[in-house]
Amino acid sequence: MTGSALALRVVAAVPLSPTLKAFTFEAADGGLVPPSGPGAHVRLFLRRGAWSRKNAYSLVSNPEDRSHLSVIVRRVAQSKGGSAFLHEEVSEGDVIEAGLPANLFPVVRTARRHLMVSGGIGLTPFLAYIAAFEAEGTPWELHHFCRADERGAFAALLARYPASRVHIHCDADLAGLAQALACQPLGTHFYTCGPALLMEAAKDLALATGWPPVRLHAESFGAAAEGGEAFVAVLQRSGIEVMVGPETSLLDAIEAAGVEAPCLCRGGACGQCVTSVQDGIPEHRDHFLDAEERASNRLIMTCVSRAQTPRLVLDL
Amino acid sequence: MTIQFKPEETFRDDFSYANSDAAVLRFPFPFPEDTYMYSVNIEPHVPGGPSPAYDNPFDVDEHYVAECAERARVLEQDPSRCKILPHMMAAQWDTLELIMESFATSYPELFSLTREGTRWTWENRPLGIRDSFTFGDASTLPLPPFEYITRQAQGDFTLQDQREDNLFIDGGMVTTQADWSLDFDVGMTFHQWHGPVPLAHQKGVFDRALKFLLRLQFGQPVRRLNWTMTINPRLDTSPENYPQWGPDRTTVTAENVGRKVHLRVELQSLFRLPRSNAILFGIRCYLCSIEDLARVEIWGKRLHRVLRDLHPDIADYKGLTRYRELAVAYLSAFDDGAALPTGTAPRQSILPAKG
Repeated sequence: MTGSALALRVVAAVPLSPTLKAFTFEAADGGLVPPSGPGAHVRLFLRRGAWSRKNAYSLVSNPEDRSHLSVIVRRVAQSKGGSAFLHEEVSEGDVIEAGLPANLFPVVRTARRHLMVSGGIGLTPFLAYIAAFEAEGTPWELHHFCRADERGAFAALLARYPASRVHIHCDADLAGLAQALACQPLGTHFYTCGPALLMEAAKDLALATGWPPVRLHAESFGAAAEGGEAFVAVLQRSGIEVMVGPETSLLDAIEAAGVEAPCLCRGGACGQCVTSVQDGIPEHRDHFLDAEERASNRLIMTCVSRAQTPRLVLDL
Repeated sequence: MTIQFKPEETFRDDFSYANSDAAVLRFPFPFPEDTYMYSVNIEPHVPGGPSPAYDNPFDVDEHYVAECAERARVLEQDPSRCKILPHMMAAQWDTLELIMESFATSYPELFSLTREGTRWTWENRPLGIRDSFTFGDASTLPLPPFEYITRQAQGDFTLQDQREDNLFIDGGMVTTQADWSLDFDVGMTFHQWHGPVPLAHQKGVFDRALKFLLRLQFGQPVRRLNWTMTINPRLDTSPENYPQWGPDRTTVTAENVGRKVHLRVELQSLFRLPRSNAILFGIRCYLCSIEDLARVEIWGKRLHRVLRDLHPDIADYKGLTRYRELAVAYLSAFDDGAALPTGTAPRQSILPAKG
């Protein structure tokens, strides 16, 4: 039970819109898929020849049902390849390797009510949330923001739920959300997932309305490492130097060089990829290291952080 | 593999509990070195290691049937030993699923689990239990799911909810504990329930352990050993029953020390639960008299050195102070002072006859 890799067979790959595609997987051996909880994600190991990616996608399937796992993948315009690969090259019958489900965005079990704010593909974890809330009978309310041309696709995913709980907004007007934030009963928790700008705006609005920060939760694994100055990573134990280009993450560059590096969320949240820095100064972009650890410059989270110096010597 | 259970043995009154030679040799001896100090001694809970006790997620040994009977006795007298806060229902089912799947996989001759969708049938042959139920529907089980399954497992279990970047002890089944109370601790944060531990807070042990545990992953359980000592093979050394066992510490003499003083080792395991995102903490208690431990040459010598040089604050916290000197004097007879290899493996496959 401690083996971490799964073999998943694609049993359905259904386009929901020009950019959204839903994938359903079953265990390739015909057994049950592992259990998971609302907010969990699964990493898919995507490979084509020497090219490979490990991309994390929120599970949208009902966590109670172990017959299958489902994800929805948005084709990203400046895709690093993962979403384009899934959209174009993966079809029914294919077997994909995956990690066990992990959860960096769990439901707060002590909450008496759940208020969710999503943007675009950020709806996905909330589909699993809502299935769980409905099963338990916990009150919930969703505010979803999306482009007008995608309203139909998202509305279809939510069609089975009471219209009184679902609010879809196709503009940047936060007035409806502001009103909802102002009248939640005590014991409500707030969750947001989507583009960083939306999550920030929604959280700021909640704080301005007087919500305690401890009641606010934001999904963070989707925040991809953005580019920066190119630098050289020296992998001390492997005895090689890796060029990290302006558009590549340090972790991607390490993996591309064929070096196995620990990782999980690839978003600076889980702490799995923490690596010792022997020389050079990291540019920290993670949510994991504390102020003291950052100031020491002895640790780096390779998935999101970069270098302030032209060279970074790592214990890898 | 056949396990010869000892259903009649007792952990109170006449204390008929005893380890077979095989059970002594598989004891999870906790001291790889001659000295002991607190540390974050957490390692992956994967099969293998110096004792077969580590071979399965949940170990079942010759004391299984008797320990389950002892648990039932404790619960009959004090139902507050099993307590779960209402928001932990998903974690209750997680626990039932994990233990049933693990038992059925590890010990197919003893346990079986058959599933058709949410319709499950569980068979526990050593305890003569066979129940069909609907997974997720507590009304179809004779007891709440967590109590149901932990009555059928050795060792204590607690459930930790994760929120606010902290862990809260929000439930448990605790009948074989080393002097701590679930009833008192329930609802506490990680640092609160570890409050009484000396020295370790200042070393930052709990800060680092909490940070580690907050990112514990499903499918990658971890374990650590903890230890103390107990007079007589008594599982229930609870604060609630202190009047019954506290005075035992005054009964140790130079004549009976080898038989009365037991090393009490907790094989602690931590599992991220997939549905609830809670953590299941297993605290599996192993008891072995120091007389039996000294039949393993390397263990007798090492235990002598660890006890002799133990930090007095730790000895006080563990309640050893009153009889430590007697135990050290007893064990010194087995210790020639020779250098010992690092590690805990017994390095012998048979035991000399009891003195």
